[in-house]
Amino acid sequence: MLRLDSVCKTFNPGTANEVRALANVTIQLAPGSFTVVIGTNGSGKSTLQGAISGAFDLDRGSITVDDTNITRWPEHRRAHLIGRVFQDPFAGTAPGLTVAENLALASKRGKWRTLAPLLRGARRGEWKDLLAQIGLGLENRLDDPIGLLSGGQRQSITLLMATLTSPKVLLLDEHTAALDPRSAELVISLTTRLVAHSSATTVMVTHSMQQAATLGDRLIAMHRGKVYLDVSGVEKQHLTESELLALFSQMRRDDRFDDDACALVSAQYR
Amino acid sequence: MSLLIATLAIGLVFGVLALGIYLSFRVYQLPDITADGSFPLGAAITARLLRDGVDPVTATIVGMAGGALAGAITGAIHVHFKVNALLSGILVMTALYSVNLRIMGASNVPIQANTIFTPFEQGATAWLGQETSILGRSVPSSDLGLLLATTIVVGVAGILLVLFLKTELGAAMRATGDNARMLRALGTSTDRMTILGLALSNALVALSGSLFAQMQSFADAQMGIGVIVLGLASVILGQSLIGPVRSIALAVIGAVMGAVLFRLLVAIAIRMGLDANDLKLVTAVVVLAAIVGPTWLKSIGRKRGKHAPA
Repeated sequence: MLRLDSVCKTFNPGTANEVRALANVTIQLAPGSFTVVIGTNGSGKSTLQGAISGAFDLDRGSITVDDTNITRWPEHRRAHLIGRVFQDPFAGTAPGLTVAENLALASKRGKWRTLAPLLRGARRGEWKDLLAQIGLGLENRLDDPIGLLSGGQRQSITLLMATLTSPKVLLLDEHTAALDPRSAELVISLTTRLVAHSSATTVMVTHSMQQAATLGDRLIAMHRGKVYLDVSGVEKQHLTESELLALFSQMRRDDRFDDDACALVSAQYR
Repeated sequence: MSLLIATLAIGLVFGVLALGIYLSFRVYQLPDITADGSFPLGAAITARLLRDGVDPVTATIVGMAGGALAGAITGAIHVHFKVNALLSGILVMTALYSVNLRIMGASNVPIQANTIFTPFEQGATAWLGQETSILGRSVPSSDLGLLLATTIVVGVAGILLVLFLKTELGAAMRATGDNARMLRALGTSTDRMTILGLALSNALVALSGSLFAQMQSFADAQMGIGVIVLGLASVILGQSLIGPVRSIALAVIGAVMGAVLFRLLVAIAIRMGLDANDLKLVTAVVVLAAIVGPTWLKSIGRKRGKHAPA
């Protein structure tokens, strides 16, 4: 289970660039649930993931994973609880290391790095089966430097690495946004399969309304650092792409109205 | 012939230096300048301990440990206080200049005691007699002992480094240089890895300094000047010898070969009349050319190609 309690985060406080990225967000996610997070640019959806992964300190509030308060834990300490896939398909793997070495590092997620040979006792057979599942012929490339592979291939492997040790939480941060449509489709189908087989509480941020409509058992729309819409169960199942698009135009309208109002007020007081 | 053997032996000692520089500049992709201070640190500690009657092996190991400590301090300044890596290295290097003078008590300390090489030199002399004939030239047998000893040291250091880089810890270090964000996401503190890596790198550099001092029979406060560029020249030269490599073992062999080759080239240049005082200038220019040259040549090639009539 993942719980965020009254989480607040303001970037650059007290300056002209002040951004209230998270304004008192409280969310409770059931164990094993699959939540899709959408939102306009600057709505706080990526900040939400950063808060969970520990990329920065919170201003206020707490984050709990299965009754363990991890609010003050540094990023690397949380890692044994949290698997992550980034938007940048090259961010999740080390290019100079081989596919097997990357998987081996991931299989020891959150553990002390010892002087044991990295690839001794490597579960190559198991990894080959996993790689074969992706369907890109990666099972024969265990000993190639991962830097030789394409973005889609690397993102698929990152996804495997993120779920290899069955973490409590899986964070997917627009992980198909930088891929070509075919690779994106492939990564999404792999995501669906892995999430279905995993007991991790999954949080996926996406720009794609199609993904938001079809994936997950809960949908959260963020706007201006707050939860704008939160649907789950039957309601989420019946949610369509066009309804979501309508929701988006509404959020954008709200944005425009506020901006116009700001402009009006500042013009009068100049 | 004797000059050739001495040159090879010095080249191998600088091979150990090249291993250290390979680790910081290539594996970590961190420009660590500490080496200019940790090289004479290793020499100073060893010279001082030998003067105080400590046995050579201990003196060498303590010298190495001194280098590790210096590297760890540079790493700690860099990761904990977020000081630029280059500046952290410069700070520690500058501080070490005074530390080295303190350790030695003078700017130059001769080594009269037995060194780590003495048993090899004596062994070779006892076995082969004073002089040995190689390819019709007569060579002092002790030089052959020296060459054997340096070969063993650089061989052991190289093999251990390659094995280490393939351990969990070593692979995590490589990943730190490659993609630090990924390693943090996998639950390893890249801060700790950086400190450890710079410690290891400077331990190798200090070992090289310690061996160099024992070979030359003195330690000098100035002996670290330009060590970085020398090591970098070896690594770059080694890379061009081996080509773009995927294997760690080959990269490590390349670094050592680069150091030896560089030393040979220097010996030849001096023989042909290069003023030894100009050596550092020439080295710096050669390194610059090796770094900038390939991309520059490529861009010239591209421009030519663009303007060429279709």
